[in-house]
Amino acid sequence: MSEPVTRSHVAPGPDAPKVVEVTELAMAFGGRSLFRGVTFDIRSGEVFVILGGSGCGKSTLLKLLIGLFPPTEGGIEVLGTAIVTAKDAEREAVLRRIGVMWQSGALFGSMTLLENVMLPLEAHTRMPEEARREAARIKLGMVGLGDAANRLPAEISGGMAKRAGIARAMALDPPLLFLDEPSAGLDPITSAGLDKLIQDLARDLGTTFVVVTHELQSILAIGDRCIMLDKEAQGVIATGIPRELRDTATHPTVRAFFRREAM
Amino acid sequence: MTAEAATTSAPSMTRDGTRLIFVGRLDAAAAADLWRKAEVAKEAHGALELDLAGVETLDTNGAALLIHAGGTDPRTTGASPAVAAVLARAVAAAGTPGPAATAGTGFAPLTSIGAAAFDFGREVGSGLAFVGEAAVTIASYLMRPRGVRLGDLLRHLDEAGTRAFGLCVLLGSLLGLILAFQFSVPMRQFGAEIFIPRLVGIALLRELGPLMAGIILSGRTGSAYAAEIGTMTVNEEVDALRIMGINPMRMLVLPRLLTGMLVMPVLSLLFTLAGLVGMGAVMTGLGYPPSATINQLSGSLTLGDMVGGLGKAATFGFAIAGIGCRAGLTAGRGPQAVGDAATSAVVGGIVAIVMLDGIFAILFFRLGW
Repeated sequence: MSEPVTRSHVAPGPDAPKVVEVTELAMAFGGRSLFRGVTFDIRSGEVFVILGGSGCGKSTLLKLLIGLFPPTEGGIEVLGTAIVTAKDAEREAVLRRIGVMWQSGALFGSMTLLENVMLPLEAHTRMPEEARREAARIKLGMVGLGDAANRLPAEISGGMAKRAGIARAMALDPPLLFLDEPSAGLDPITSAGLDKLIQDLARDLGTTFVVVTHELQSILAIGDRCIMLDKEAQGVIATGIPRELRDTATHPTVRAFFRREAM
Repeated sequence: MTAEAATTSAPSMTRDGTRLIFVGRLDAAAAADLWRKAEVAKEAHGALELDLAGVETLDTNGAALLIHAGGTDPRTTGASPAVAAVLARAVAAAGTPGPAATAGTGFAPLTSIGAAAFDFGREVGSGLAFVGEAAVTIASYLMRPRGVRLGDLLRHLDEAGTRAFGLCVLLGSLLGLILAFQFSVPMRQFGAEIFIPRLVGIALLRELGPLMAGIILSGRTGSAYAAEIGTMTVNEEVDALRIMGINPMRMLVLPRLLTGMLVMPVLSLLFTLAGLVGMGAVMTGLGYPPSATINQLSGSLTLGDMVGGLGKAATFGFAIAGIGCRAGLTAGRGPQAVGDAATSAVVGGIVAIVMLDGIFAILFFRLGW
């Protein structure tokens, strides 16, 4: 299989500081176990992919990492703070240093794209209005939406909403960005553009990305390292570099996933 | 967004001849502190060369500051590769075309009035078209009563009707009580308290019963119809119906129109009866036995009053349900559209029933009813 996108980002080495540490994580809903024994870490500056088939708990894991709800068991440390046991003030301090792009974009419908991106700057910085406007315009320009700044979310396509969601997640220039299914439902060109943007931001700005996706092309294009969750195994069935897993994995589900084979 | 800096000296900006020297970590906080200072320097000396040798880290908010100070194509010296890369990316982004400027539209107030008049005309036309389509749908249903699912109709009747009974009884009895008290003061001056039941009875049966029941239906049910169908419109369910060859008027609107027309007379009658009971309680308190109150009512209220009131109520029900459904079907996109549809259903419903009431008043007056 040929490389879908030329990789412009160089993965950080094993001695790079850890920004996320997950230890023996377990999650169950109503007594039904989703996953258990999940352990991994994410290093500063890398693009880390959480992958797996539908319903394996990828998005749930992402929500646990950003502290939306507590796990059934296990520990999560984000930017040096134990997010599960942290006090509200500590958790809020961490939340100001992370950005999240939601699967649907989750833009506020009553605000223009520019106002959506300006919102975190207004809430968390003392930047004057003109500065906020200029900074937000730069972010929208970076995701290719400079000419759509004054449009409402209802007036743009799904792909544009995802890119606007990334621009808003980047508003405070957080060191850690979580992206939930950034390529899902996008055409190949837009999807490849988004992959390139993620690599460029990781390379130029040193941002750490945690990307939840099951889009194989994107995984191979952007992923420095990944973990693969599996519904049947209720946990992690593979950890490593995506292209190496594609070529060397022996686990039947991992092989089938990377080779797009039916099981 | 830069990697965590190990050393962070306080950000600063100083001018040295033709250079602006930046030092420290340039981020959102630096942009907040130095924005005005950079603006003053630029206004006084133009876009100066930026000395970035002392910049430890730069993020995109800090880059916005540098572009503000040095222009969209800033001249820089001493930038580290990392700082230069971030600035180059921000400069490229800032250089992308902005939103297209709105073309001049002449004298703005005249344009606004014209646009509003055009929108109003279009809205009236579209509303009339909807009424026509709804009337045709009802007529075709009456000729061939199929296509409405009984379960749906019963659900709507329950939600719009039986669940509103309590509210109608409560508000009706209170309104009857209030009216009787209000009338008792002037009527007492003329020794005419005994005629209070006639006044309250006619007012409730002909006017206030249908009107108040209409306001209740509009607030409870009209808004619910708009929100329900509006959500379906936003989720493209209405488009899916059309594509499947199912007419949304018949599937979604017709059961609700029938519900409005069937439920409103019942609610109106219930409201009126509760009002009469409330009025009767006041009359008893004023020393008149129930038989005297009933006697006054039976001597003043006619079958025509009741039929007129119930006919109005059915018309109000058609209008409220129709306006709610139309607001939902014409909802825009996004969650705000559903809220807008619900608001427009309530406002439109109340305005419509008051206007219709005025038309009925003139009509009944001309007919001597």
